[in-house]
Amino acid sequence: MKKLMLGNEAIARGAYEAGVSVAAAYPGTPSSEILKEFGKYKDVYAEWSPNEKVALEVGCGASIGGARTLVTMKHVGVNVAADPLYTFAYTGVTGGLVLISADDPGMHSSQNEQDNRGYGRFAKLPVIEPSDGQEAKDYTKLAFDISEKYDTPVMVRVTTRLSHSQTLVEDGECIEPEIKDYQKNAAKYVMLPAYARARHVEVEKRMQLLKEYAETSELNKIEWASKEIGIITSGIAYQYVKEAMPEASVLKLGIVHPLPKDLIRTFAEQVETLIVVEELEPVFEEQIKSWGIDVKGKEYFSVLGEYSPELIEERLKNKELDNTLNLQNEIPPRPPLMCPGCPHRGVFYTLKRMKVTVMGDIGCYTLGALSPLDGMDACICMGASIGTALGMEKARGKDFTKKLVSVIGDSTFVHSGITSLVDVVYNQGSSTVLILDNDTTAMTGHQDHPATGITLQNKPTKKLDLELLVKAVGIENVQVVDPLNLDDLKKALEDELNRDEPSVIITKRPCALIDNTLSKEKYYVDIEECNGCKVCTRIGCTGIYYIEDDKKAAISNTCVGCGLCPQVCKFDAIKKVEG
Amino acid sequence: MQKQIKDILIVGVGGQGTLLTSRILAQVAVQMGQDVKVSEVHGMAQRGGSVVTQVRYGEKVYSPIIKKGDADIILAFEKIEAARWLGFLKPDGKVIINDDRVDPLPVMSGKAKYPINITDKISQLVPDTQIVDATSLAIECGNIKSANVVLVGMLSDAIGLPPEEVEKAIKKMVPEKALDVNLKAFEEGRKLLSNAS
Repeated sequence: MKKLMLGNEAIARGAYEAGVSVAAAYPGTPSSEILKEFGKYKDVYAEWSPNEKVALEVGCGASIGGARTLVTMKHVGVNVAADPLYTFAYTGVTGGLVLISADDPGMHSSQNEQDNRGYGRFAKLPVIEPSDGQEAKDYTKLAFDISEKYDTPVMVRVTTRLSHSQTLVEDGECIEPEIKDYQKNAAKYVMLPAYARARHVEVEKRMQLLKEYAETSELNKIEWASKEIGIITSGIAYQYVKEAMPEASVLKLGIVHPLPKDLIRTFAEQVETLIVVEELEPVFEEQIKSWGIDVKGKEYFSVLGEYSPELIEERLKNKELDNTLNLQNEIPPRPPLMCPGCPHRGVFYTLKRMKVTVMGDIGCYTLGALSPLDGMDACICMGASIGTALGMEKARGKDFTKKLVSVIGDSTFVHSGITSLVDVVYNQGSSTVLILDNDTTAMTGHQDHPATGITLQNKPTKKLDLELLVKAVGIENVQVVDPLNLDDLKKALEDELNRDEPSVIITKRPCALIDNTLSKEKYYVDIEECNGCKVCTRIGCTGIYYIEDDKKAAISNTCVGCGLCPQVCKFDAIKKVEG
Repeated sequence: MQKQIKDILIVGVGGQGTLLTSRILAQVAVQMGQDVKVSEVHGMAQRGGSVVTQVRYGEKVYSPIIKKGDADIILAFEKIEAARWLGFLKPDGKVIINDDRVDPLPVMSGKAKYPINITDKISQLVPDTQIVDATSLAIECGNIKSANVVLVGMLSDAIGLPPEEVEKAIKKMVPEKALDVNLKAFEEGRKLLSNAS
């Protein structure tokens, strides 16, 4: 029976049907739902790993050990996992291994829009790309067969629009998970130079075989229509093309690396104009041009952002949108912001008041960079805050650290902050690190991690004690404070910023969306006391707003009673509703 | 030529329930034996930002996103969000707006103005605009969060979804403990439409 499934659910289902018994991931939008869904199936093991490199290494071990294995991450996660990935492409697999790379054209929730088809070429891996939920399931399943047949890890590349679209998907038959025998084979799995040289030969042979496979595979197919325009495309862009250009012939690529050169040439010879429609980089276009085939692509389309059916129509049919329904100019922007009651809000409010330079990191708290908190000076990638603060200190001197902090979430700290903190101690940094511990991975949808004490499959586990860990690394000055208590927080910051040694402040308070301890007390603004100074609006909370006509503040119905705004009001105008 | 596909845009502010609404509508389409695609919003955009989810159903649906100027109907949970996404509506499309105001951050802090008479302006551009106070009805039903389902009640009649199928979908998609409130909200939404016409 057909069921509505998120693209990510369909991938999980495909892995389950393929008999996968081990799966690992670090959550990252748009990939996060895959492993959560997979973990619900019976008799499978699924884990949140501390980061993507660890996830892939667990995957490599499980594969060498004979199990079919799924590893999932977002596009930038593959950067973290790139080291084991390139070498695992050399060793190949025992049980099939499929790596899902969820790319994010348009950067709905990412810091860049890299095109991970490039990893396929660079690491010499086959990459396949589904274009809807059904294919997401089918291709994931098939990817395990390809992995084992060609002795290679396989990348399945999806994009946000596929991961986060619901479509109808038909369940299929499940293969019983079967663990292949483990046999020691150092020449295949120990990549010291002498063995690796031999494996590189195998990699090149395998790429040749994969090219032949790509020529004949049903994943690459021509849909003939008018031969005036022929379009080569893949993934979600295929759906946009079918919508916008029903009259065109289409070569739909399911295997996007290696490319089927002969098939492409055959297609090119039969159409008058050949156009590549691919989001982000001209990966197909450049390869096809390099074979001397006349093809157009980025003349029409941008390397920036997501495409859409109307964009394709606009560019290929030269059709201008006649749009009279436009009120855009009158509408103020509505940027995302921290939730009411968010424990991070007090931190950024205080840092701004103290005029501190802030090296930031990736998570909900990155929103602290936006107005009115304006609380961040830099944010590069997962785990970069502590290292960038150390670098800044080395560039500008120790005195600078009296006004320098790094902020990093609990999950992000475990992901890749720990090693930088070791560096700070080892190389004698003295800046202050704030670990914003909200007891979850909030940004991606509240996944657990080693410091929450719960596993992906909801089992209680040994909880990583961040305070003890930080001390063990060699940090002697450690304070734990409640970020919703502004006086305590400010005092802790003053103490630690003034020290000539490195220190860590752990701000401890669960994410407001999972916190059962928030008082839920209601507040109101006593308009007799309010003098309209607007200081309360500087915390950037939807729970409190300023009424221009009255020149007074007011509490909105989104208030959860965190008690932050009464602390910033100098006139004691914000009061608890009694009873 | 009559369009083969129904295109519905659901717009609002992160946290208002656009996702659940789109899932209920998609479930109804499945029950009616239609092909259906839903494009959802996850991650950063959910944190109180402007959000849009899109539902497309019909015999065969390719793209999960709707072309600008092509949507049959916009269901807006907040006034200025209706205006923000209006460019997606086809010229003779329909707009249903919850008469609710959620100030964006620049407005809250006094840096921008919330546009006045925005619903009048929408009504001028789109003759088939309906403005309803779904929030008050939702509070009457027992939970402010069910405002989205009040609007589903209005929408279902507007695009000819059988009410019993919508109820079935609500029962499938809404958690047990919130079911009664939501079924009531759906009924109130339907009543609203019959009173208006």
